[in-house]
Amino acid sequence: MKIGVVTFPGTLDDRDAARAVRFAGGQAIELWHDDADLKGVDAVILPGGFSYGDYLRCGAISRFSPVMEPLIAAAKSGMPLLGICNGFQVLAEAHLIPGALTRNQHLHFLCTDQKIRIENNNTAWTNSFSKDQEVVIPLKNGEGSYQCDDETLKMLEGEGRIIARYVGENPNGSRNLIAGISNERGNIVGLMPHPEHAIDPLTGPSADGLNFFSSVIKSLVAGGVK
Amino acid sequence: MAIIVVDVMLKPEILDPQGKAVASALPRLGFSFATDVRQGKRFEITVAGEPTAAQLAEVEVAAEKLLSNPVIENFTVRVEK
Repeated sequence: MKIGVVTFPGTLDDRDAARAVRFAGGQAIELWHDDADLKGVDAVILPGGFSYGDYLRCGAISRFSPVMEPLIAAAKSGMPLLGICNGFQVLAEAHLIPGALTRNQHLHFLCTDQKIRIENNNTAWTNSFSKDQEVVIPLKNGEGSYQCDDETLKMLEGEGRIIARYVGENPNGSRNLIAGISNERGNIVGLMPHPEHAIDPLTGPSADGLNFFSSVIKSLVAGGVK
Repeated sequence: MAIIVVDVMLKPEILDPQGKAVASALPRLGFSFATDVRQGKRFEITVAGEPTAAQLAEVEVAAEKLLSNPVIENFTVRVEK
């Protein structure tokens, strides 16, 4: 399975994301922000970093990159799309998922090994987890506080679209401890922590993050969104 | 030449940790006037000649699409005299 990894100017985690794809048994394909070509990939990852220096708002300028036009169209028709950290911010700016990511409540940049609970294991990116499985993966962000209005929050809770929640103390002020959400169909997932840094005990706190990448391969092999 | 000013502010219900930090720094410097501080962004857009109604309408669209994120922010557009 061919999984595209997009590089924007200022992206940091594209290499780790590509490595995670390979660890999970997929073929990682480099995609360039200025190239409106998805190169025939089956799924796409928007990795973490500081695209366009976080100018204006995190993800606000990347969202209008040439690669986003075919990507948004493909994701809307069901192609699996994962946005990690800055990628999550790009998804929010593109309105592919509801809400927005704002400055951490305590204003400090975070870098920690974070315990999260996978509450929805029916999405394209979480089906290899067991329901309510708790995993530890790195969390590193300055603007990771998930915010939305009360109505949206109620809808996300009601439809089971909060796919991962922080366990323990709220690290950044996210509403309802939200670490990740999905779109209605479950093919698009935004996630603040970094599973691509936790695929191998040699280089990360665990190998728990690998399940996100094996999930998408599993769902593609099964031929459907989930 | 004129300047069109777009002010972008977080919606009142969205927490503004930067504004809060400024509000708590003021009393440390001996300023006791503030009960709250909200921090926003100001864009100064230069156009040739007096802005037309059509230009201002375009700025409104740009403000909604790019300069602000309507999910968390409000904006106002005005011409600087």
